[in-house]
Amino acid sequence: MTREIWGIAAEFADPESLVDAAVNARDAGYRHVEAYTPYPIKQLEAAIPDRRALPPIVFIGGLLGFLTAWAMEFYIAVIDYPINVGGRPLNSWPSFIVIMFELTVLFASVFAFVGTLALSGFPRPNHPMFNLSRFSQVSNNRFFLCIEASDPIFDAKETADFLADMDPVEVMEVDED
Amino acid sequence: MTPTFPLSPELPGDLRRWWRPSLLAGVGLLAISVIGAFFSPQQFFRSYLMGYLFWIGLALGSMALVMVQHLTGGAWGVVTRRVLESAMLTLPFLAILFVPILFGITDLYGWSHSDLVARDEVMRHRAPYMNEPLFIGRAIAYFVIWIFFAYVLNRWSRREDRIGDQTRKLAMISAPGLILYVFTVTFASTDWAESLMDHWYSTIWGFLFVVSQGLTALCFAIILMALLSRRSPMSEVVRPRHFHDLGKLLLMFVMLWAYLAYSQLLIVWAGDLSDEIPWYLPRWSTSWGWVGAALIVFQFVIPFLLLLSRPLKRSPKTLSIVVGILIAMRFVDLFWIVMPNFHITGLRIHWLNITVPFAIGGMWLAVFFWQLSKRPLLPVGAPNIEQAVTHAED
Repeated sequence: MTREIWGIAAEFADPESLVDAAVNARDAGYRHVEAYTPYPIKQLEAAIPDRRALPPIVFIGGLLGFLTAWAMEFYIAVIDYPINVGGRPLNSWPSFIVIMFELTVLFASVFAFVGTLALSGFPRPNHPMFNLSRFSQVSNNRFFLCIEASDPIFDAKETADFLADMDPVEVMEVDED
Repeated sequence: MTPTFPLSPELPGDLRRWWRPSLLAGVGLLAISVIGAFFSPQQFFRSYLMGYLFWIGLALGSMALVMVQHLTGGAWGVVTRRVLESAMLTLPFLAILFVPILFGITDLYGWSHSDLVARDEVMRHRAPYMNEPLFIGRAIAYFVIWIFFAYVLNRWSRREDRIGDQTRKLAMISAPGLILYVFTVTFASTDWAESLMDHWYSTIWGFLFVVSQGLTALCFAIILMALLSRRSPMSEVVRPRHFHDLGKLLLMFVMLWAYLAYSQLLIVWAGDLSDEIPWYLPRWSTSWGWVGAALIVFQFVIPFLLLLSRPLKRSPKTLSIVVGILIAMRFVDLFWIVMPNFHITGLRIHWLNITVPFAIGGMWLAVFFWQLSKRPLLPVGAPNIEQAVTHAED
């Protein structure tokens, strides 16, 4: 029976080794890297590659809301039921803007909400890292770096060797389930 | 407690000398503009009013931001305070520069022509308020209030350099100061700019000027911060984090300006009243409409989208580019507010529109750099200065 590997994790005893390992992983070309720490560590911000997918999703949501509102108002006021209101043009965009703004906000926040759930893997209730029994220490005094199997240059053997060179307490395979 | 801050930052030598070319350019352009005034006095006064509204907006907006930062604190306020204070201390000079507008009243304002007022019912009812003696009297009152607050704010801030913490006193004067600032700017912008069109009124007008002045002042402060951050000693102090904060405030001002400008348009559009739409008609249906469209694109859409980016706000260079666009658009905005009243058929650009604002600007910058060179570049006695400076590693 073959196990599905989600990633390879290394456990570190102090934040300095974790940051060094993260920098090395970045320099080695790994992109799907995540660090888990008991408290925020400033230097990690630059060391961990930015994989945030939420901002573009929210932006696209906002843009869709903006266009949806304009299309809807244009269809209603110009095509479906044109009424002359005090001589104003049918495509009376200054008064459309209020709805366009509202739908921009509405769509952006719905996309942010659904996007957050989707990116967190909902409806899955837990994170693969919790399959490691030692991971409970991450809220205490241990620092974890995980290179995920989805990384383009991930290789179960090579990545494990790579992390073992970083002077960790232990290197572990993280199971998918 | 006496201040113990290790640095006594002084204005770097090259910036210290900038007052001289500024003054020469200002006086030179003024001489050229005065020659133009002999040929076209009306155009001169129009251009002068437009330029004056920009530079006094910069000084007043700076005073408002000084008062805001006394009330709210924050690292951005500590590092920009001296630049903003120097800008607000140009107010006495701007009071002198107001005098030429008094000679232009009959060239600028319809309400100063008694024959026009006699024939027009609305203007007849406005006459007890909008007349020359009261116009001048109110202007004196505005300047007395503004210069009083500028004087006190500066005096107590300098005292802080010598004997330490004056936070409470500065906050106590800033709270009433901000309230009075909003009221006086509302009245002044009504007198000086809104009354250019005989029947026009807009209740949001004053706030539009308040926000525009804050926007102008913040742009100017960011440019000065970018200049100072490249020179010792401020290069040790000003960090990306400070620019990040200033960039976020700038985004707020850009959005607030768009919100207020749009609110005014929407209400006039929905009301469609014959007293209100004549202000928009030349600015909308003639070639002036392109200027208005440029305002929407370059004073809102493009800066708004650019300022969403975090790396852009943290880099003095890229932030300065956005600020450059915004400052240029502040001129265009005032051009669009003032000039269509006189050329309702379409866009007209006169060379005095360019020389006069720059003439005032050159002289203004000379006074500004003179003020800035007289004081330490940081409020060394402020109780939160260590925090504002040392928390800024990133």
